[in-house]
Amino acid sequence: MIPPQVAYRKPNNINEVLSLLHDLGDDCKIIAGGHSLIPVMKLRLNDPENLIDITGIPELKEIRDNEKSITIGACATHAEIARNEVLRQHAPMITTAASMIGDIAVRNFGTIGGSIAHADPAADWPAVLLAANASIVIKSTDGQREVDIDQFFQGMFTTAVQESELITAIRIPKTAFNANSTYVKFSQPASRFAIVGCAAAVEKGGEARVAFNGVSATPFRDTAIEKAIMAGADIETATANTADAVSVMSDHFAQSAYRKHLAAVYARKALSAVL
Amino acid sequence: MQAKVTITVNGNVYERTVEPRTLLVYFLREELGLTGTHIGCDTSSCGTCTVHLDGKALKSCTMLAVQADGCQLTTIEGMASNGELHPLQAGFHEEHGLQCGFCTPGMIMVAADLLSHNPTPTEHEIREALEGNYCRCTGYHNIVRSIQNAAQRMQEAVSA
Ligand SMILES: Cc1cc2nc3c(=O)[nH]c(=O)nc-3n(C[C@H](O)[C@H](O)[C@H](O)COP(=O)(O)OP(=O)(O)OC[C@H]3O[C@@H](n4cnc5c(N)ncnc54)[C@H](O)[C@@H]3O)c2cc1C
Ligand code: FES
Ligand code: FES
Repeated sequence: MIPPQVAYRKPNNINEVLSLLHDLGDDCKIIAGGHSLIPVMKLRLNDPENLIDITGIPELKEIRDNEKSITIGACATHAEIARNEVLRQHAPMITTAASMIGDIAVRNFGTIGGSIAHADPAADWPAVLLAANASIVIKSTDGQREVDIDQFFQGMFTTAVQESELITAIRIPKTAFNANSTYVKFSQPASRFAIVGCAAAVEKGGEARVAFNGVSATPFRDTAIEKAIMAGADIETATANTADAVSVMSDHFAQSAYRKHLAAVYARKALSAVL
Repeated sequence: MQAKVTITVNGNVYERTVEPRTLLVYFLREELGLTGTHIGCDTSSCGTCTVHLDGKALKSCTMLAVQADGCQLTTIEGMASNGELHPLQAGFHEEHGLQCGFCTPGMIMVAADLLSHNPTPTEHEIREALEGNYCRCTGYHNIVRSIQNAAQRMQEAVSA
């Protein structure tokens, strides 16, 4: 399957990317690992006139340990994240999730920025970043803004990022709940995408964040579970009404009743690992 | 639309003009004649197109040749050196790790990535590493044994 005709450039600094995005508008598409974009281009679901490769910009690949947070450059690959010791220490669900994505080759080239920009409902990063209370650093020629993860995912393949904008980094706060966190998933057996994925980050006696991907078109936090855990409920009780507040997806891999059941099972698995 | 690329494959530098939409696997097979890298699914699923880009396993049907401009590639043709099989090739030979052989280049390239990070993998780690590579003949058992055999050869070579 051959992708459609396209022009290609690879700038070596962020400002050049931003001006290209500004000047070319919807005639262009950013390409990072290409592991979502090339497959959809082959299928003609996406047919950009220009590709702007952002993998030649070293600062977009950095994983930086700051005083109160860790910033992951948008072009950090899943494999680089999986091997990062600072992240493993401060937010183990991040390295765990990274090591579960696809296969070795996909992890070598797929990037975290590309995954969240693509916003596949079955992708692994969304639940993890929702549970982590992450924020997304976005730039355009108008400047920089930082979007709270709770406002970032807006629907299937839809996010807060505008056409002229570039995700530059993902900020993970260093918190007690992130230090005690995990991610579990029930994978589609061939692609390894999540049929149900659940991330749980819990400070014992403090804040709890529990989020899902794969379950509904938009990844979400199950605030009913969070409140119950914070009020001291046992895991069985807290997860009794898992995913009640959302419309649960149904497809040939898993019908909605089964998916909802799996969501509760995986919530229990995740919570029993951190409680 | 045309773009110039300079790509080093198995130590040889190739300068070519390509359409930006050319997939790396077609560049290798049709432009360079390196047909050891196979195309199975063309949809990033089967892994038989796996090569190394700057030392990392890559499904070459999921990258454009222009993205590999300036990079170092290794394909199955570059694994043997001076007429000596690579330990993985020797391992697949010894343990009958193939039947039709269609998946073998990809299996060897992904195993080489695994062994570069984890020289002494467990059987479970080997099976996990093969997640993205399909074999329709062997049932995988002999592939796993072949990789264990290769890991042992490489360990012996290091300690010798
Ligand atoms: C066989 C296979 C199995 C997979 N399995 C899984 C899995 O189990 N779990 C999972 O989560 N994912 C899986 N994936 C998807 C994989 O993780 C992708 O790599 C990832 O979703 C996209 O990252 P990328 O860097 O390849 O993005 P690209 O394909 O380069 O880009 C994807 C989209 O994001 C946009 N984009 C990229 N970077 C930015 C940026 N910095 N700012 C703004 N927009 C940007 C692009 O314009 C494009 O629209 C799989 C992929 C394959 C091929
Ligand atoms: S041909 Fe590339 S993964 Fe199947
Ligand atoms: S040996 Fe035939 S596909 Fe693996």
